[in-house]
This record gives sequence, structure tokens and C-alpha cells, in this order.
Amino acid sequence: MSLIHKTAAELGALVAAGEVSAEEIAAAHLDRIEATEPKVNAFLHVDREVTLEQARQVDARIRAGEKLGPLAGVPIAHKDIFATRDMPTTAASKILEGWRPPYDATVTARLRAAGLVILGKTNLDEFAMGSSTENSAYGVTRNPWDLSRIPGGSSGGSSAAVAAYQAPLSTGTDTGGSIRQPAAVTGIVGMKPTYGGSSRYGLIAFASSLDTPGPFARNVHDAALLHEAFSGYDPMDSTSIDAPVPSVVAATQQADVSGMRIGVVKEFGGEGYQPGVLARFNEAVKLLESLGAEIVEVSCPTFGTALPAYYLIAPSECSSNLARFDAMRYGLRVGDDGTRSAEEVMALTRAAGFGPEVKRRIMLGTYALSSGYYDAYYGQAQKVRTLIARDFENAYQRVDVLISPTTPTTAFAIGERADDPMAMYLADLCTIPSNLAGNAAISVPCGLADEDNLPVGLQIMAPVLGDDRCYRVGAALEKAFEARWGGPLLKEAPAL
Amino acid sequence: MSAITRDEVAHLAKLSRLALTDDELDHYATQLDVIIGSVAKVAEVAAEDVPPSSHALPLTNVFRADEVRQSLTPQQALANAPAVEDDRFKVPRILGEEE
Repeated sequence: MSLIHKTAAELGALVAAGEVSAEEIAAAHLDRIEATEPKVNAFLHVDREVTLEQARQVDARIRAGEKLGPLAGVPIAHKDIFATRDMPTTAASKILEGWRPPYDATVTARLRAAGLVILGKTNLDEFAMGSSTENSAYGVTRNPWDLSRIPGGSSGGSSAAVAAYQAPLSTGTDTGGSIRQPAAVTGIVGMKPTYGGSSRYGLIAFASSLDTPGPFARNVHDAALLHEAFSGYDPMDSTSIDAPVPSVVAATQQADVSGMRIGVVKEFGGEGYQPGVLARFNEAVKLLESLGAEIVEVSCPTFGTALPAYYLIAPSECSSNLARFDAMRYGLRVGDDGTRSAEEVMALTRAAGFGPEVKRRIMLGTYALSSGYYDAYYGQAQKVRTLIARDFENAYQRVDVLISPTTPTTAFAIGERADDPMAMYLADLCTIPSNLAGNAAISVPCGLADEDNLPVGLQIMAPVLGDDRCYRVGAALEKAFEARWGGPLLKEAPAL
Repeated sequence: MSAITRDEVAHLAKLSRLALTDDELDHYATQLDVIIGSVAKVAEVAAEDVPPSSHALPLTNVFRADEVRQSLTPQQALANAPAVEDDRFKVPRILGEEE
């Protein structure tokens, strides 16, 4: 089997055994990127020499006897929202075109420390605002399953890169579903860790009370390896949890749901859900039952208002966070001809540098926070947030995990929802509650929808710091599905 | 009745420091009206006695030790600046003519 089709765990083992060098593995993936990028367009930045030099350094560290962990020498695609010292960081925005951060994000630094080799920076919806990667200022990324469809978003470059075998692993960030939804629509695994379980330091902020870095991989075990490699307490992030990382790798080895109580969220299904998505989901529920889990229907009545609450809270935080792009200290500056004031230059720069979705959200957030509307919108949304957390708490008294479809539909066509923000927002209907409550949640493949032969994702949600439960159930499902399918779902994807 | 008028959108754009064209204002007024009409559903939830959550974790007042640490050099801090003069950020005038 060629190097690009191997799992991250296999590649790490080959490097550790001295059978293949990190440089050879990086070169094979760079070749794959070069061959498939004209079709997929997953990356905003690739620099072959920078990547190969990183790989040679990892090889040297291994030769010197340094203990690097199971992913040393494994390549990774890195979402272009994490600061990287040696590569541009743009958040897919014109306002940050060519920006070279003077420091590494904590996630970036931990990838390097663990000996992972960064292949490049992946495309995203501008500032991670979107569900299709169409909001990038640098062009759309295409879904490897069907190049006329979206790869999900905002981490769509990262999901497409892994599904297209350009990288065995990638990073993402999940504010309302931006890891789980892209994973679902590209047939791979994507995990949103517990909020505060992975560091936001050096992650360009969108909505600070929700943003959570997490892993993408082609299987549950690889995702867990990456999760452990970059998660854990970071004193540079004031909302980082000072507690041990849940044992997610061990949980994938357990892969057993017998005796577990699994709740099916009653509110997620029915109208607005694609029949093929519900069919695959219902099969997965039966499969879990056959594996010895107890299935319980659970009602979470306020989940129906999670979407409107989110579209008040996230834009409010965004309008505040993005005020830093003021054309003064870094980034784009437009119209500074010596006659205009700083305020005029700011307004011209922000109008030229931000795309339409970012402008919409900044104005929506400014509205929700403005005097006279604050209590009715932002304040009320925060109360709904409390009620959603209570719904979860009540549910977790009865069950160990909750499950639902990850998304109401499979990947939609590029352009289909581009002019209809509310239709676009519906893609995150099932993923948003976990962000509002700070809970852990994973998406794993559960088959192809009959209507369009496109991947369907199943979401497993667990309480704060219950990340290991997501991996345990995900690994059990994956094992059972792969036995049924005769291998991973991704083998059904067309060759590129 | 519309949830938001074009004039209100123009005011929001000013507060947001976004120099929008007339066409953009028309476009966003229509879209924001739909979005605000939809998110206003949060008002239907009975929540008078519910405390608001600004955050998912019960963390307050996280401090670090007050110690001098290595920070950026002036060259590093200025490396991405749009304009620099004498080791400082050079910015457009911030006061009006008469101030």
C-alpha cells in the first residue's frame, strides 16, 4: 500500500521502526497535493522546501534518540487560522493577506514538539464564519466525493485534504460545527473536544466562548492520537482547563458499548432532514443496540432555539473580536493618502478587507449588543444558553452519551446556499448545542445516503471532559461498520 | 413590519467601521431583516428567572504570576505594520482639523 493510503498510526510506526523517513513520507504527500490540488483546492499555502526541511529535522531528532511519541514523522494539514511562524496565516481573509505571525499558536507548537510535519495551511470560510468554505477570499474548496459539492465548513480545506489522501491528519476549529459538519460531509472523523480542553492561544479569534481546536482523521484511533498530541492545559489561554486530558486513545482501544446507555435526541429529525440521512442514522442506532447498548429516546426541548441563540452570541463576540482589524498595526491598510483620518482609513480598510459574511456578522453582532436591544437579543440568548446546558445535564443523568445525525443533509452543491444565509446556517442545526454548552462531540461516518451516494455523519455528544466516551462509542461503531462495509467508507470515494 | 430599516443598517455600518456602498446597504438591509426576524425567536423562550451564561465553564479571574517574560522585539512587532517611522507604528491623523 502506498504511503498516502496508510493511517497516521501506521506511518508513525514505520518512522519509529526506521523503515521509512519522515522526509520520504512528507515528499509522498507533497506529490499527492501537487497532483490533486487543481481539482480539490484544499490549501492556501504549501511550501515544499519548508515542509521537507521540517521533516529532515524530525528525522535528525529521531536519530539523536529524542522521544517524540506515536505521531513523529507523520504529516499534517493545518487550518490557516492557527498562527505559524514559518508560513503565512490569513484566516482566508484579504485583511490578513501575507501576514507572517511573529509566534506559533500553542497547537502549532505542540504539533512541532510531537514531531508532526506541517504540509501547509488549509482553506476555510473567512475567519471560520460559514459552513461551506465558499466564504474564503481565496476561492472554494471542492469535496473529493463530488467536485461540484462543498466540503463543509468552516474547516473545509482540512476535511477535503484528509478525504483526498493529501494528508492523514489535519487540524480544525469548531465554533458551531466547523469540524463535525465538514467531517460528516466528506466521510471522515472530526472531533470537537470539550471547550477549554485544547488551547486557543494563537488561534485567530471568532467567538471566544465557543472556539475549540480539534482533530480530523480518516479513522477514530488516528483522531485520538492527534487529540492527545495537541490538547491539554495551556497557561497562555485563560479559559484552558487545568485538568488531565481524557484518555481518548485508550478509549478507542476499548471500542465497546455493551452496557452503555445511549440517548437519541428526539428533537433532531423529521422535517428538513434528508431521508437518506435519517435512514443511515436509524441503521446506526440499531447497530449500537445490537452491540449491547441500551437505546433511550431523550427530549431536549430547548435545542430548537439553539440556532437563533447561537446567531446572536457568535456574531456578538465576532463584532468585538474583529474590532482589532483596524489597519494600524498589521494587515491591510486602504486609503491612507495623507488626507484621511484614522477612522476613515479604518472604515475603508474593513470594507475592502472583509467579505460579505464577515460584514453581515459584524453588523448583526453590533446590533445585538447595542443599547436598547441588548436585553432582548444578547441577554436573552445567554439565558437560552443556560437552558441548553440544563437540557444536556438532565439528559446525562439518564444516558452516557447522546447521538444524532451530524448534519440534516449531505454535502450541498457549491453555490446552492451562497445567497441565502439562513439556509446556510441550518447546516449547523445539530452541532451548535454542544458548542453552547462546551461539551465534547465527534462525527463519525455512518454510510452513504441513497439519494446521492454521499457520506452521512453520526454525531456522538458527551458531557464536559467526557471526550473519551465520544471516542469509545465512535470506535465501536467504526469497527462494526467496517466489518459490514469490508473496510473504511472512504474506499467508496471516486479516485481523483 | 420589517425588523430593521435601511437607516439602522447604515448606522450599524458606521458603528462597525465599515464604509459600505449604497448597493451594499440595500443588500444587507434585506438580509439582516430576514436574519433578525429569525433569531428573534429566542424571545419566545420563557426565561425570566434563568441566569445568563456568558461562558460554558465556571472559570473566573484566572491570573498568571506577575513576572517579566520574553516578549517581541520592536523589529518583530513592527514587521507586519502597514507603515513605520522611527521604530513606531505610523498611523493617519486621529484628531479633526479644529480639535
